[in-house]
Amino acid sequence: MILLLQYTIIFAAVLLLVALGGAFAEHSGVINIGLEGIMVIGALGGALAMSKINIEYGGFVIVVSTIVASAAAGLIFSLFLAVAAINFKADQTITGTAMNMLATAGSTVAVKAMNTAASGGSDVSSAIRYINQKQFFIHRFGDFEFSWFMLVAVIALVVAYIVMYKTRFGLRLRACGEHPQAADSVGINVYKMRYAGVLISGVLGGLGGITFITTGVSEWKFENGVVGFGFLALAVMIFGAWDPLRIAGAAVIFGLFRALGNVHTGIPLLEHLGIPGAVYNMLPYIVSLLVLAFTSKRSRAPKAEGIPYDKGLR
Amino acid sequence: MSPLKKRRSVLRSDGLQTLISSLLCIILGLAVGYLVLLLINAAGAWDATMAIVKNFFKFTKAETRMKNFGLTLAKTAPLLMCSLSVLFAYKVGLFNIGAAGQYTAGVCAALIFALHPNFLWPWWACLLVAVAAGAILGAICGALRAYCNVNVVISGIMLNWITLYLTNWVLAWVKNPASPYTKELRSVNTSALIPSMGLEKFFNNKNVTISVVLVLLIAVVIWIILKKTKFGYELKATGNNLHAAKYCGMKENRNIILTMVIAGALAAAGAGLFYLAGIEEWSTTQSAVPGMGFNGIAVAFLGGLNPLGAILSSYFIQHITTAGGYVNLQVYSAQISDFISSMIIYLCAFVGFFKMFINLRLDKGEERKARKAALLASTEEGGADE
Repeated sequence: MILLLQYTIIFAAVLLLVALGGAFAEHSGVINIGLEGIMVIGALGGALAMSKINIEYGGFVIVVSTIVASAAAGLIFSLFLAVAAINFKADQTITGTAMNMLATAGSTVAVKAMNTAASGGSDVSSAIRYINQKQFFIHRFGDFEFSWFMLVAVIALVVAYIVMYKTRFGLRLRACGEHPQAADSVGINVYKMRYAGVLISGVLGGLGGITFITTGVSEWKFENGVVGFGFLALAVMIFGAWDPLRIAGAAVIFGLFRALGNVHTGIPLLEHLGIPGAVYNMLPYIVSLLVLAFTSKRSRAPKAEGIPYDKGLR
Repeated sequence: MSPLKKRRSVLRSDGLQTLISSLLCIILGLAVGYLVLLLINAAGAWDATMAIVKNFFKFTKAETRMKNFGLTLAKTAPLLMCSLSVLFAYKVGLFNIGAAGQYTAGVCAALIFALHPNFLWPWWACLLVAVAAGAILGAICGALRAYCNVNVVISGIMLNWITLYLTNWVLAWVKNPASPYTKELRSVNTSALIPSMGLEKFFNNKNVTISVVLVLLIAVVIWIILKKTKFGYELKATGNNLHAAKYCGMKENRNIILTMVIAGALAAAGAGLFYLAGIEEWSTTQSAVPGMGFNGIAVAFLGGLNPLGAILSSYFIQHITTAGGYVNLQVYSAQISDFISSMIIYLCAFVGFFKMFINLRLDKGEERKARKAALLASTEEGGADE
């Protein structure tokens, strides 16, 4: 049962981080379908930092630099979306889809190249070795494994709530997603605000990515991408009505369903039911489809999301 | 001839602009791929890039070349179907990222009816159930969009994962006991193999079947539907402006669902045509949906969202994807091809901007010419006055 709780919290943390990222981008008026790819690149940055830093520097340095590296990697990769969607007014769905494919293919190519070079051609796997360094992220309280990433997610939630609703920046950001023409007319730079929204989503997506790949016991193979978690996070965001606190609630529910897939064999009651493992694997996706079917009708999506802002059309 | 009707520059033609921008995307995509290979290992980067561009041309024997050309063609068939699925849905403004899942559903239905001892159906029946499976998946996606306002990208992705787990589970019933792969069609049920009608001999490759010809016909049919029929016109109108289409009395919900049904059927038919040719078996431990559906997106946009353009672009993308295996795998990985095709899709997002840029330049040029002509006319007039 404690295992279920632990997995629920860590998966909820992933979904929360990424969904908050999605909310920032969409509140500024840009749909970020590329979150999945941003997660992969963030994971790549974090995993590289984790594996390259000398273990003798100690836990603090490793934890902080991993977090910074994954956030930075996500931020840089989100520029692909920002430049295309904001400056070139490109189709945001195509751009995002391309980013997802680019991230998985690119990181696989990069990691395989590093492994092949390091091993002289004998190791062509797409995994980065960081087992020893990963220990620093985990603290055991009895059977419960606390991960620093859980704390990161909680901090992100508090900060996101304050930034979005209690600051001038947050108000301006949301204005750009609702009615960019009006925002522009009172002197807000819509392009800058949209850049801010996308880059914040890059940071949060990157953090979500490193959190996700370190949830497993073994090393993560980059050719798998992040198995649709970026899209699950988008479902969480929609279910959470683009509001940080509601997103947190939605993330916990989705995290629970995802965790069931991981631990169902360890719970006697569920094992007794004899439901095949495939059903548990499908569960989070089925639930999110159902939830979306019931909640999308009265959408609270920012009004101007997905529409490139053209100053000339004011 | 009316003086208002000016001679239009050839560059104004939309088809030509699409062709130019697609070629530009390909060249830039390959260039970026080359740069990445350079970063990994400078010594073999050029050879690796050439290996990707050349594919089967690298073989010196004409026979081997033909055989590998046949293999590329056989793999192009499902890709073309997936891209037709994507572009058909896109005409109604729907982004069918679920093509990958619909493709997987097609694999699942075709193989279970071909391999399970209770069925052992012939190929055409298996193909029909595959089409039906894809159509159902498309219908779910379309109905969710039409009645519940669910974004098709997100529902498509969810359905992709659901279908993947379902397929792995179902096809485990007909898998080889010793491996994660499904049983071979050739050894279990030869009637489920799509006939080749002599193509096999021509290409000296038993994988080449009539699928290759069938998909070309389907592409032409789709082109006719979109270009020449009332249904196609309604679809495009709905895609351009949903509210206007509704106002004109078009049934927008029906059109959305019908489009997704057809899109799903197309992708799944591609899967049936590929897996029933006995080229590959399905691995029941697969951890992601096949890339075919996603590559279909690249192909659709690279082909300028035109079914006939998709024929060319699907061949090109498959050409470089197959060739990914020919790079020096001691140094590079085969995924470099995926990287190049995803780079090409990313660049395709800029096509609109590129076209705008060409048109703007042309506008300026014409304006300048007009001004010059006006100036000339006024000076001549002035001369006559004197």
